[in-house]
Amino acid sequence: MARAVSSNRKLLNTLIAWTIGLIIFFPILWTILTSFKTEAQAIADPPIFFFFDWTTENYSVVQERSNYMRFLWNSIIIAGVSTILGLIIAIPAAWSMAFVPSKRTKDILLWMLSTKMLPAVGVLYPIYLIFIQLGILDTRIGLIVVVMLINLPIIVWMLYTYFKEIPGEILEASRMDGASLKDEILYVLAPMAVPGIASTLLLNFILAWNEAFWTLNLTAAKAAPLTAFIASYSSPEGLFFAKLSAASTMAIAPILILGWFSQKQLVRGLTFGAVK
Amino acid sequence: MKLRNALIAASAIVSVAATAASADELTIATVNNGDMIRMQGMTDDFTKKTGHTVEWVTLEENVLRQRVTTDISTKGGAFDIMTIGMYETPIWGANGWLVPLDDLSDEYDADDILPAMAGGLSHDGTLYAAPFYGESSMIMYRTDLMEKAGMEMPEAPSWSFIAKAARAMTDRDEEINGICLRGKAGWGEGGAFITAMSNSFGARWFDEDWNAQFDTREWSDTLNFYKNMMDDAGPPGYATNGFNENLSLFQQGKCGMWIDATVAASFVTNPKDSTVADKVGFALAPDNGLGVRSNWLWAWALAIPAGTKKEAAAKEFIEWATSNGYIELVAEKEGWANVPPGARTSLYKNPNYKKVPFAQMTLDSILSADPNNSTVDPSPYVGVQFAAIPEFAGIATEVSQEFSAAYAGQQTIEEALAKAQALTNDAMEAAGYR
Repeated sequence: MARAVSSNRKLLNTLIAWTIGLIIFFPILWTILTSFKTEAQAIADPPIFFFFDWTTENYSVVQERSNYMRFLWNSIIIAGVSTILGLIIAIPAAWSMAFVPSKRTKDILLWMLSTKMLPAVGVLYPIYLIFIQLGILDTRIGLIVVVMLINLPIIVWMLYTYFKEIPGEILEASRMDGASLKDEILYVLAPMAVPGIASTLLLNFILAWNEAFWTLNLTAAKAAPLTAFIASYSSPEGLFFAKLSAASTMAIAPILILGWFSQKQLVRGLTFGAVK
Repeated sequence: MKLRNALIAASAIVSVAATAASADELTIATVNNGDMIRMQGMTDDFTKKTGHTVEWVTLEENVLRQRVTTDISTKGGAFDIMTIGMYETPIWGANGWLVPLDDLSDEYDADDILPAMAGGLSHDGTLYAAPFYGESSMIMYRTDLMEKAGMEMPEAPSWSFIAKAARAMTDRDEEINGICLRGKAGWGEGGAFITAMSNSFGARWFDEDWNAQFDTREWSDTLNFYKNMMDDAGPPGYATNGFNENLSLFQQGKCGMWIDATVAASFVTNPKDSTVADKVGFALAPDNGLGVRSNWLWAWALAIPAGTKKEAAAKEFIEWATSNGYIELVAEKEGWANVPPGARTSLYKNPNYKKVPFAQMTLDSILSADPNNSTVDPSPYVGVQFAAIPEFAGIATEVSQEFSAAYAGQQTIEEALAKAQALTNDAMEAAGYR
């Protein structure tokens, strides 16, 4: 039976939720505000919050200096294709681990996760040399493969967790009705796991979008995504915080909008199976 | 007449085709600072003159350093030109990783490059990178606060004068700090400053047998002097301040003096960003009467990685970007105060440039730093605020972390120096120097 909650308690909960939300969102808000300031206002002490002469000059400078659309396009291709490719590989992998587990399944899952524990810089040189040999340095295809591989353990783990929530009897029943393995995954499992697959897709798209180490180290001019675009505005010898903030806002805007529109799906997927 | 027109048209087509056929697309890795960004805006002039086009890869200094080091050491070939500094150039030149720039055209006038810059960017007398701009360090001070303190800044002050002035200018109620200096960990941040300062106190990183020298009185004097002065007259949290933090403080009128890169002069005198633009004076970095001043020497320079397939076009670009012609182009479009400083002798003879308030002090500072003779006692390394050996960046980063911890009061200076001594000797032994 649902517990009655007093209106005062509701108000308090709402206040706490908004406060936590604002604290989490504050760095992004501050970045957006700074992008509309002059460089002098950006470093003012005490900091200026809302009451300043808003200017779009930084955005004009950034647009003039950088080919934003090229960086954006590279980000979309790298994040999008690597996520889809990762799902294509991870769905059958997670299916086999969830529904046909062997005695080594748990070990394999742990081993996959352990690859995420290695500091990326430790394998920079080997991967760089492989890229040179294959001629895929500064190409989108090379980055798609690397980003897909580094996110694959997370995709498999997330899908495995979602698939474990689906009763195996349903799949058994479909098999008894004559469904092939392909039919079982495509027409029985996938529709039931749509919220989980969707949230995995969204979360991994965000991770791939924000990936900075490999995208900075394996690109030059042609395949560089928005992470390189932001890095080009950071400087230890010169105060360009307002321009850096404008570049950051432009880089996070697409993913922020995507997250905003798909937040229902994300929350639904992330809490899938949490309450039984 | 028809024949003549046909011939002219044919020769024009041939000439355009020839230019197009020989035109290359250069990929250039560079650092994000005002002068480099300005150069990117001028690239059309280069393309118009040569037909070559340019793709820029602009990165933050530390990211750039890691990125180009990975590429050149693996012969990746991602870049046709790299922006590197005085630290990397002699090491990479010795490794055979860079194309020697010993065949630049007569028109380029390589002899016009400031000798200190050419020396720091060479290995065994061969130039491996052409300086785009050079810098030293100097004192920038508030003329009004100095006057209020009843003192007058000499052109070449001593450390004792600076400490006295710093304490006299400090006004904690008004949030005025007498002096702002780098304390942030990092070999290129606080590490660079304290190394240059230690030179003037008679300290050095290594003796002639590559033994660390942090157990000497000179290093102890340097760190104690720095900490006492900064505790009395520096800004709160100075142990984490680098160039940008001090620039911000100075521009807001919260520093009486700031000793840092000469390129900062154009920032602090720019009324658009600085609240004290019309109250800034300049002086040479301080000394201790030992014959060595505490200013450093640095250049951002353009180099060609060995193995690039576009060497000829890359040399054309370097000749264009580091020439007197480029300086004149910038002067014409953005004024003499914005030309890249510190690279060419002739710039400092130019009457138009002499009118820029910080021009002469920048030159004097650059000329007073000698990378081949930077310490009072002899040392086995080249470099003023660094030792040009591959191991230095790693060691100096750790050493500067120990120093910053001492500035912040997390350990004593003696403890920091003892740790620096041990870790430096260990690293040098592991690298086979000792």
